[in-house]
Amino acid sequence: MTPEEWEIILLSLKVSGVAVLATMPVAFGLAWLLARGRFPGKLLLDALVHLPLVLPPVVTGWLLLILFGTNGPAGRWLAEWLGLSFMFRWTGAALAAAIMALPLMVRAMRLSIEAVDPRLEGAARTLGASPWRTFISITLPLAMPGLLAGAVLGFARSIGEFGATITFVSNIPGETRTIPIAIYGALQIPGNEAEVTRLAIIAVVLSLGALLVSEILARRSGHGRGSHVL
Amino acid sequence: MSFEIAVERQLGDVRIAADFAGNGGLTALFGPSGSGKSSILNMVAGLLKPDQGRIVVGGETLFDSAAGINLPPEKRRAGYVFQDGRLFPHKRVRDNLLYGWRLADPARRWMTLDEAVDFLGIGSLLARWPRTLSGGEAQRVAIGRALLSGPRFLLMDEPLSSLDAARRQEIMRVIERIRDELALPILYVSHDHGEVERLASTIIDMGMPAA
Repeated sequence: MTPEEWEIILLSLKVSGVAVLATMPVAFGLAWLLARGRFPGKLLLDALVHLPLVLPPVVTGWLLLILFGTNGPAGRWLAEWLGLSFMFRWTGAALAAAIMALPLMVRAMRLSIEAVDPRLEGAARTLGASPWRTFISITLPLAMPGLLAGAVLGFARSIGEFGATITFVSNIPGETRTIPIAIYGALQIPGNEAEVTRLAIIAVVLSLGALLVSEILARRSGHGRGSHVL
Repeated sequence: MSFEIAVERQLGDVRIAADFAGNGGLTALFGPSGSGKSSILNMVAGLLKPDQGRIVVGGETLFDSAAGINLPPEKRRAGYVFQDGRLFPHKRVRDNLLYGWRLADPARRWMTLDEAVDFLGIGSLLARWPRTLSGGEAQRVAIGRALLSGPRFLLMDEPLSSLDAARRQEIMRVIERIRDELALPILYVSHDHGEVERLASTIIDMGMPAA
């Protein structure tokens, strides 16, 4: 493994890790709204959340470019107020990965919230628990395996993100050259089979490892119920 | 300690209505399934809001549509024993028992874990997960959980219906002791005539489902 390849792997882990951590609260909020909320426009919100799943990734990348580019409405605002810039930076790769991972995370989390029996929450209320206490002590722990599954799916999806990333932030070594983008780049030049193979193996190991770790975590947090992700 | 309950609620095509009073002891709501007995318990517990009416238990108004009073469930101090036990699957028996006890104002607790365990004979179950309990064991834990939350009264929704004959006798004796030794008022729902005859001091006949 060359130092350059290590850089690619560490960058991929950083981009995906930040993408998932930053998306968790947003995905959970959306999953909660879709699972428990009753409001006009719920169907539209559901469709919007799922849009990155069905849209060509290149279109998602282009939309990100328009919105979060230097002159984009969101991009200008974030640069002015938070000093955050996305263009050709790893933060842009994380944003693209987050948007692409969002539908998978919301889906898994929504299912796990819907699987919590509201009658258990009612029982907690009669025993003296406030709505917030009920959420913390009953709903959240019971939904936890699904929430973890959502996070891990999102992480695996982020590791594999390619189309929106390359459209939005291109292929910059050390900033946006993640594993899939490096593999694609290496394939453009003959004679790079060894590098491609090494990176491809890393991609498989990371994805498989993420799934196994989540399975173990979910079984531990299953509290003797034998919950699982896989 | 008395129940004074007059409530109405439309649920889909069914109108659930009740107007009755019970004076201490065990007040049984007796009637066929579909007559809205469980919905009335849910209204008393605060889990279902009546369209209109008034719920007073032991002089305290829990709900009064005219006066705009609607206490949330956690303020009603009702010990609710559900038909299916409804134990928290992610907590061991001990933590199920202590769930309401820990939340209760210490001044309002009137039973300790040891007392509840002795009263119900569940000492050997404390470290078990709910899914490993038999129906009778789960129901005794559910009763213990309700008693430990420091309730002013109990609500029991067909607590015997999922049990075999021997377990039914056992839990019925427990309910009699709650009624007589602990002198806790109980609002009890059942469709079984023998059960109601044996346990109730007041029987409210809910009759046929109201169309």
